[in-house]
This record gives sequence, C-alpha cells and structure tokens, in this order.
Amino acid sequence: MTTNPPQRPNRSAAQADRIFLFTLWAAVGIFAATMIGLIIQLIHGSWQSILTFGLKFLVTSTWNPVTGQFGALPMIYGTIVSSAIAILLASVIGIASATFLAEFAPRRIAQPLASLIELLAAVPSVVYGLWGLFVLVPLFRAYIDPFLQARLGFLPIFSGPIYGIGLLTAGVILAIMILPTVSAISRDVITAVGREQREAGMALGSTKWETTWRIVLPAARAGIFGACVLALGRAIGETIATTMVIGNKATIAASLFAPSYTLSSVIANEFTEATSDLYISSLIELGLLLFVLSFIVNGLARLLVNSVFSKSEGR
Amino acid sequence: MLKTFVCRFTTASLVLALAAPALAATQLTGAGSSFVYPFFAKAFYQYGQENKDVTVNYQSIGSGGGIEQFTAKTVDFGASDVPMTADEVKRAGGEVLQIPVALGGEAVIYNLPSLKGALRLTRDDIANIYLGKIAKWNDAQLKKDNPGADLPDLAIVPVNRSDGSGTNYIFTDFLSHVSPEFKTKVGTGKSVQWPASAAVGGKGNEGVAGAVKQTPGAIGYVELAYAIENKLSQSMVQNKAGKWAECSLDNVKAAAATKPDVSPTNFSIVDTAAATAWPIAGYTWAFVYQNPTDKARAKITKDVLAWAVTKAQPIAGTLNYVPLPENVQQTALKTLAKVSL
Repeated sequence: MTTNPPQRPNRSAAQADRIFLFTLWAAVGIFAATMIGLIIQLIHGSWQSILTFGLKFLVTSTWNPVTGQFGALPMIYGTIVSSAIAILLASVIGIASATFLAEFAPRRIAQPLASLIELLAAVPSVVYGLWGLFVLVPLFRAYIDPFLQARLGFLPIFSGPIYGIGLLTAGVILAIMILPTVSAISRDVITAVGREQREAGMALGSTKWETTWRIVLPAARAGIFGACVLALGRAIGETIATTMVIGNKATIAASLFAPSYTLSSVIANEFTEATSDLYISSLIELGLLLFVLSFIVNGLARLLVNSVFSKSEGR
Repeated sequence: MLKTFVCRFTTASLVLALAAPALAATQLTGAGSSFVYPFFAKAFYQYGQENKDVTVNYQSIGSGGGIEQFTAKTVDFGASDVPMTADEVKRAGGEVLQIPVALGGEAVIYNLPSLKGALRLTRDDIANIYLGKIAKWNDAQLKKDNPGADLPDLAIVPVNRSDGSGTNYIFTDFLSHVSPEFKTKVGTGKSVQWPASAAVGGKGNEGVAGAVKQTPGAIGYVELAYAIENKLSQSMVQNKAGKWAECSLDNVKAAAATKPDVSPTNFSIVDTAAATAWPIAGYTWAFVYQNPTDKARAKITKDVLAWAVTKAQPIAGTLNYVPLPENVQQTALKTLAKVSL
C-alpha cells in the first residue's frame, strides 16, 4: 500500500480546522478555568480559618459555633467511613448485577431490568433522605442493627446503643444512590468485551461461568474500576440524603450504629444561618477539604489502576 | 352577539394590557428567615390582592442570608429569627430599625409508647436531659414529676435540630435561662455543640420529628405549628410561676404579653413569669434602614410592614403562628414610625 501525501487543503478548510481546534481548546479551557477559579475561591474564602486554626483544623474534634472553636476531624472521619460502606456494598451488588444483566439474563428481561436500575439514579436525593428516615431507619433499628449486634456484637463496629439513625444507615442509603452508576457503567464495559475473547474461552472448553469469571471480567476490570471511582465521588459529595439519616453529631465513635457527621452535611446544616466571619470561613474550609478529599481519592484510584493493570494490559 | 362579546372582550383586554404598565406595580423584595416564610407568603399575597400596585417578593434564604442581603442593600427589608446584633448593625452602615413581625412557640415532643396521658417535665428536667445528666426515663426525678405514670427503663435520646436555626436559638436561650450549667457549658446559639452523649441531630422540623417518631425513648423540640399539624405528643412543662403549662397558641401569647417593650437588645421572651406562660417562645424580626435613600420605596415598605404586624396577624393565626399581642403590635408601629421619609 502506498501512502499518498495528503491533499493540500484549500483555505476555507484550513480555517474550519482552526475554528474546530479553537473550539476544542475552549471547551477544555472552560473546565480548567472553572476548577482553578473554584480552588482560588475556596482558599480565599477559608483563609481566615486557615490562619486561625492552621493544621489543628484537621485534627481537632470540637465544632462549637458558640465559642468559635472549629475542628473538622469528625466530619472527615464520617465522610470517609460512610463513603467506604457505600462503595463496598455498591461495588459488590453493582458488579454482580451488571454481570448478570450483561452475560446471563435473557435479553427479554435484561433491558427492562437495566432501565429499572438506571431509574434509581433519577430519584432526587431529598426523596432518598426522607425515605431513609421514615422507612430504612425503623428497619435498621428494629431488625438489621439488632441482628448484626447479636451475631457480631463482639466487634467494636457493631457495639453500643442502636438508634437506627447513624453511619451504617447513611452508608446504605449512599450505596443505593450510587448503585446505578456502578451497575450501568459496568454493564456497558462488560458488554463491550470482544466476542472473540468469549469464543476463545468457550473453544478451550470453559463453561459460561468460567469464561465470565476468568476472561470477561478481567478484561473489563479497568472500566469497572473506573465506574466505582465515579460512584465513590458521588458518595463523598452527597449531602441531603446523608444529612437526613446520619444523626448530625460531630463525634467519632467506634460503632457504625453511632450518629456521625459528614463535611457536606455540616455545610448544608449551618451555612444559611452562619453569621460570624470565622464561622463562615470555617464552613468554606470544610468545602475545601471536601474538594481535597475527592482529589486524593481520585488520585489514589488512578495510581491503583495504573499499578495493578498496566502490566496485564501490556501498557 | 357572540361577535360583539369577543370584540368587547378583546378591546377590554387591550385596554387592560395598555393600562397595566401605566400603574407600574412596585415590586418590593425581602429576604431572610425561613421560619416566617409561610406567614409572609400568605400575607403578602393577600396584600397584593388588596393593593394591586404593590407586589412583595419574599425569599426564604435563611436569617444569615437575610442580614447579608440587607447589608448589601439588595433587598428592601430583611428578616431574621434573632435580631441583628450591634456588630451586624454597624456593618450595615446606617441606623437600622428592627420590629417583631411574627411570634412562635416551640413544643417539646417525645416518644414513649407505654405512657398514658401527657408527660410532665420541669424546666430543670429538660436542661438535665439535654445535658445528658438524666439519661433514663425511669430516673427518680422524672418519676417524682410524673406520679403514677408508667415510665420505662429506657434510654432517653435527646434529639436536637442540626441545622442552624432560630428554633435552636430559642431553645438554647430557654435552657441557658433555666440552667446556669447549660449556659456555661453550651451557651445560646443557632448551632451549638450538644453535650449529651446520646444526642442525635435531625435537619429541620421534619428531621427532628422523624427521629423522635422512629426512636422509642426520644425527646425533641419543634415549632408549635409543626407539632399541631402533625399531631405529635407534647409534653407539659412547669413554667416559672410553678404552673404546669401546655404549649398552645394562648399560652405562648400570654408569655409574650408580659413583655410589651421587646427591643433588638432585649428580645428574649423565654421563661417569662405569667401564670399560664409557655416558656419556650420567640419572635422573628424584620428590619429596615432608618434613613433610606429611596424614600418612595421606603414608604411602601413601611406601609407593608405596618400592615403585616397589625391587620395581617389573624392570617398568622390561621397558620398556627401566635398573633402578636396588642401591646407588641403598638411597639412595632412606634418603631416603624421612626423611618425618616
């Protein structure tokens, strides 16, 4: 095959190219500018708090607007733990359901079921919050928490008084909310795995299950992992649903049954009525922390993806 | 026949359409407290019906936001559940006139399925529960205050409002009045650090009521209107006069009427001494500048607010706010008269 030099483009086409390229740059530029502006604004807004408390803001547990003492440790803890519970539950259920829908379910029911799961994503979070408070909380208080305590009460995370409201319930609500993200993206990724790979597996005498477990899922794992990271980002930032069921108490308890607090919940609860400058500044610093936390989580996830998958995929 | 009707109709609407801009309706904007929003929304709608040339748009963005917008002079009046402090007034740059516009009580609600009849709590009991010093329903002190009642061996879960709110301010103001320990340990504020180890926070009236309903042994506080509309079990509280009072519109009014000279620096009406007084109550305040630059708008704003604190108060009553006592209405009008026009 010979390679012809490309035809010299005429002037208007060259101009169109330039405009096209400029549009692409502009699209990316808007994103970058928004992010940089956001960071500058957050740091500017929280400057007074940063000057006043310094690093102590990150490691103290007092949140007392009356005396003007602010420390974010309980909220950082609550955000991380509730999101961890959520991603743990959502990734297991999400990947399992995606595998079923993509590989095993009869086509007749796969599409309606998938739509049903995606519909979960369209429910507003305040509805999840109220549903959580009036349906899930009593369920956890009367059945699930006592059950866990009776079987696993020797573990500190399942000890202590049971309210129904608390970290565990918040984590479960979050899991339900991020489930569609995990499931829908994973399903697309699994479906996209090449037909040849499946056929090769079958040809070697693998059963359907072995093909899925040994060939399809490993091939799709980078994409599945990406889905989980995206979902985790949503769990970290979710506000209203968590606020309704987490108990809004700035303490760190070993038990998952205990009430807790998240960064975004404090902002939602207190920003509208905060008046002193230091108070507002501290609330904005919580926003900055939320941003940094998401950034760290994304960074770690990316590192993990690179280190785990780079070899196997020959990159 | 039909044709003439249509014709007339079109002419009439045309005339109306032309006439409407000529009337040039003044649109006033207010912002602030969300507690007062249902009252303002209904009252200002009514005002617009009676005065076609004025519409009032009230944004319930929270008291903090209300003060901010007022200071930035982007609204004609602001509203807050706690009057602007001296500092905030200084920052507003100019004399500020503040008037009470709405009065509300807070009910103490609880969840004790085994208890028949209303729970009775002294003021100290409530403070000690929220301090975490009374932690069980069968506490000796509670048994003493509720003779013959079946109080179970059940942990008390004190539920508080987690969102910054006037409701919190009034409740902590009440607790600080009745308990020196609460005053030094916790203090008064829209958001405070609740000391009881069993405490749980709920967002908004619905969050507190929800948590109380879902948790046997829980106790909480919500706006009276919310408690009435949702038929929540309310505790009786022993007031300063030593009488057992229930949270009702009349009893809140009785508490407020003992203090006709409320002012931005002396606004607390918790724990008053009237015989039938309900001890947990407070006002929402509206504020305007004393020396406004746009006199014409200020005149209309003043008229609207004067109407809101007098003629509109029965509307407040229909929404389970407590209508302002006569003497407080007069105080508000006197303050409004100081606007220099």
